[in-house]
Order: sequence, then C-alpha cells, then structure tokens
Amino acid sequence: MSMRSALAFALCVAAGAALAQNSNKADMAPHLGKPVSPADMKRWDIDIQADGAFLPPGSGTAAQGAPLFAEKCAACHGDGGRGSDLAKRGLPAPPVLVSDVKFKPIDASTTSIANYWPYAPPLFDYIRRAMPWNSPRTLSDNQVYALTAYILAEGKVIDPKLALNAKTLAAVKMPNRDGFRPRFPDLMPK
Amino acid sequence: MKQRGKSPDNKSSDTLEDVAGNGLLHRRTLLTSGAAIMGTGLGVGLTGAAAEPLIDQPWDLEVGGDTPPYQIPSKRVANIVRTLSNPKFEPRSSLSRTPHHLLEGTTTPNGLHFTINHTGIPDIDPARHRLLIHGLVKQPLTFTLDSLLRYPLISRPAFVECGGNSAPFFSPTPIQANLQALHGLSSCAEWTGVKLSTLLEETGIDPRAKWFIAEGADAPHLMRSVPLMKGLDDAMIALYQNGEPLMPGNGFPMRLLLPGFEGNLNIKFLRRIKLVPGPAMSFWESQVYTEPMPPNKNGGKSFNLTFINEVKSFITRPSPGLDLKEPGIYEISGIAYSGRGKIAKVMLSADGGKSWGEAALQGPVMTKAFTRFRMPWRWSGGPAILQSRAWDDQGNFQPTRAAFITERGVLDSEPAVTAFRNHHINAVTSWGIASNGKVRHVYA
Repeated sequence: MSMRSALAFALCVAAGAALAQNSNKADMAPHLGKPVSPADMKRWDIDIQADGAFLPPGSGTAAQGAPLFAEKCAACHGDGGRGSDLAKRGLPAPPVLVSDVKFKPIDASTTSIANYWPYAPPLFDYIRRAMPWNSPRTLSDNQVYALTAYILAEGKVIDPKLALNAKTLAAVKMPNRDGFRPRFPDLMPK
Repeated sequence: MKQRGKSPDNKSSDTLEDVAGNGLLHRRTLLTSGAAIMGTGLGVGLTGAAAEPLIDQPWDLEVGGDTPPYQIPSKRVANIVRTLSNPKFEPRSSLSRTPHHLLEGTTTPNGLHFTINHTGIPDIDPARHRLLIHGLVKQPLTFTLDSLLRYPLISRPAFVECGGNSAPFFSPTPIQANLQALHGLSSCAEWTGVKLSTLLEETGIDPRAKWFIAEGADAPHLMRSVPLMKGLDDAMIALYQNGEPLMPGNGFPMRLLLPGFEGNLNIKFLRRIKLVPGPAMSFWESQVYTEPMPPNKNGGKSFNLTFINEVKSFITRPSPGLDLKEPGIYEISGIAYSGRGKIAKVMLSADGGKSWGEAALQGPVMTKAFTRFRMPWRWSGGPAILQSRAWDDQGNFQPTRAAFITERGVLDSEPAVTAFRNHHINAVTSWGIASNGKVRHVYA
C-alpha cells in the first residue's frame, strides 16, 4: 500500500467508526420529539433576522407611534424615549431610547439606538417580543411598526413621514452599520 | 494599639521554602512543614496566652432542633447571601451576586448562584412547558420535560459568567467594594441534561443553517444568536443544577448551557431553538453585550459577538472586608477559570507583581469550570499587594491590568459600582494589605 492509499484507508476506517458511533448514539435516543405544523408554531415564531428576513406583514408611521408611545412606553422610558427621571439622575432605570449624546469611545453609556445599533429590524424584534415591560406580546404588528418608526424618527434615523413595513424597515441604513468587528472571527460561521 | 504576634524569624525562612517575595511560601509548606512553622514561633499556639478552659455550651446540654424537609444553612451564617440590585422589584432588570469571599471549593451552592432576570422570574408549570426546535431543520419537533428525561443525560461542571461581570474594573480609580460587588456575576455548578446535538440529530439539519437562535419562555422572551458549530459541540439543554432541578432564577425547568460562553447566551426557561442562516443581532447583540473600543484600536470599531469569557482569576481570601488580624501564616485561596479550556497554572504575587510563585491547583481540574487555587503566605505585618494570574491549557493567559488597558482603554471617570459601561474585562485583580491588616482594592 502506498503512503497515500494507506492514509486514505485509515481515514475511511476512522470515518466508519465515527458513523457507527453516531448510529449507536442515535439508537439510544428514544425519538420522542413530536412533529409540529407551521400553523401551530406561528404564535411563537417571532424572531427577525438582522437583514429583516421574517419581518411580518403590516405597517406603521411615527405619527401613529407617538400616542402609543405616550400611552404605553413613556412611563418607563420618559417623554419621547429620552429617559425617566431616574435615568436622568444616573440611577438604575429602564434604558434611554432617544438621546442626543455623542458616542464616546470605551463608554457604553454613550451608546443609543440611533448612534450605535448596526441594524434596524432588531428594534422591531425587541419591541414585539419584550415590550411593554409589564404586558409583553400585547401589541399588534402594526403597532410595533408604528413604535419602531417613532423611535427611529425621534432619533433622526428615518424621515418622520416614512411608513415602516417589512420592505422599508429592512432598507433602513443605520448610521453605525459598519462600526463593529466580531470579537472572535474564527468562531463566525463561514 | 493592636497586639501583634512576633515578627517573622528571618533565619528560619529557608526552611519555610519561600518561593516569591514578601512571604509567598512553597505550596507544600502547610502540608509537610508543620514542625518548621512551629519552630519559627509563628504557630498560633506559641504566640501568646494558653487556650481558654473548655466548657459546656447550651447546645450540647439540650435537645436540638427538628429536621426540615429541605435544609437551609445555619442561621449563624445568615450573612452568606446574594446582594440584590433591585430589592424593591422596580420595572427593570434584577441582578443577584455570588458572595465568593464567603465560599470555598469550586461549586456555587444553588441558593447563591448569581442570577440576572430582566422582567422577573417566570413561574413555569413544567407539565405545560414545551421546547420547539424548528427553522432550517428537516422536521420541526417539540419536546416536553418528561420526554427529555428519557434521553441519554450527561453531567458536567461549567461556570456561567455575565459578560458584564467585573465591569467596575473599567474605572480609572480602584472602586472600593468587596469581591461580591466586583466579581459576583460568575458562578459554577454541575449541570445535567441532554446534549443539543442529540436533539438536532432527531430534527435533522438543513445545510443552509449556520446559526441558531435560542429563546426563553420568560416575559422578555430573551433571544440570542449562537453559531451552529457551538450547538453541535458541547451545548446542552440543562435540566439539573448541582443534582436538583434548575433553580427558578437559573432557568427552571430547562436552560441552554453553552460552556465557556457569555452568561446571557445561556438562555434560561428555554422554549425555542430555530436554525437560521444568520444572526438576529438582537438588542443584546446590537447594544448591550458589545465592547466600545479606544479610537486608536480595532480601526475605531467596537467589538460585538463576544462569545467567550476569557481566562480570569481572583483571590477570594484575603479580600476586601476580610481583614487580617495579626501577622502570621495564612492560606491565600481563589478561583480561576477559562471559557476556552482547563486552567493550567495560576501564579501569585505578594509584592504587586515584582515576583511570582506558582499556586497549587485543587484537582480534578475541569474544562470551562471553576478551579480552586491555594498557596500559603506569611504576612510579616508590612504592606503587601496580592495578585493572581491564570493560564489555560490552550496557551491563553490573563492580562496584567496595564496590558489590558493598553488594548481596551479605561473610562475617564469613576462609574457607579453597579454600572456596565463596557463588558468582558479579565485583567489581573489586586488586593492591597495595609500594615493594620486592612484589605483594599488597589491598582498595581
């Protein structure tokens, strides 16, 4: 056997052993997962990709979002999302959403949605999954688009007249889009 | 004036096997050189008055207490508790921190494991909880807790550390706080559960899947993005913590465990895993767990997707609040861990980094888990600066504070001790010992 074919043979044996091991492992699994239909998982299937994939139908504008924000969000995040009294005094508080603060290197307390987030769709994702704090998952998709538009317009990221929907939200270019590098490039999927 | 023991006898120090400056002793000293220590006049029995008479105590003359179904620690140690960031439960995140300075060994008791919950702790009925695995799989499936318990289970220790643990060290001045406040967002437990790869074999994987998102069943439906490779490596659906079902604050009835990865990624109350082509860049990935960098580093860009908690160590005893009462021999004890592998070596200094001696590691040393280190130290009664520095078996080592700051920068003003103005800091920690035995947080 040549060196090369010996190596190929050894690799085949190793691969075969690995396969055998895998199938043994699979045999030990009881296979108790229950198949589920897309309709039955719809209520839970709420994640949005950074590029806007999976954004749902619907739309909303900043003008529609303003009264909603006053009613459902301002108690914690302050008028116009500019922070509660606690936050303004530097005490532990819900996040400030809209701020004129200029991003200062090192200091994460100077980051805001408008000056820092690389993508806009995650804002829709977060409001829909987590807000309002005391009654999550109570907003319609239209309301979430409206609140997203309101916060981005207050932050001067979008034209206040722009109606956000799956297409226009995915197209929003955040000012700090290119402001990041992954900390561990070797762990990033190719 | 406080009474002190005798000064160390320099003539005898050779028999005590000094291994580094300012009194660091060979790690075998306490085990094998008892006679030598006694001979120096440093042994407690030789420092002063004889022991007091031994007498009856009330508890050995009466019937003791009854036996509770679930036992809790003695009321004599009721001070060993977590500190709470939000004791009135206002509408914001609630953090609890582990009192490392009052604990020993490598396992964090379940009642003292750190927790961070952003919208309270959900009261989940395990019979109604479901785990959904879907997205780029061949067959979407749901699992119940009961069904997962029939799969092959594995147990392993793993530390979980918040990406914001140790954030006070970004301060330009050493914040005076104890170990619990400075490093308390890190804990270690033995976790038992089903490997995620086992369940993914059952769903099948579409080759277009590169990432997965994991999501909790708590009110914020906390979601993070994880490279699929990690899911196929050592990721686990953890069901037990130190032998009992997960604590409610730690994710009951099931959580994702990603050994070595940033705490927030280890999704608690896990209810959904979806295989996807790319990361979601959720709130946590877009803003919270990122590292703004100095302008002259990294092309002025911030780091994001900082998955791994890198090698870190800190001395738990002595530490601020655990002042030394008299000169003599003490054991320095501490914790080291690495999100990349096993701890290979911990070096200690008692003179602010001028000289170093190697600490003993308590075995078995396990990968991505707390490792306890110890070393005997003879405190002369003079000023000292204690430091620990850890290496892992992958060749990674803990940076000195100076080296860390050169790369990552430092804030221009002292933050609140509870503030997170940057993340992921693993620089060497220093405890300064004053002549009166007081221990302070210092920079050295």
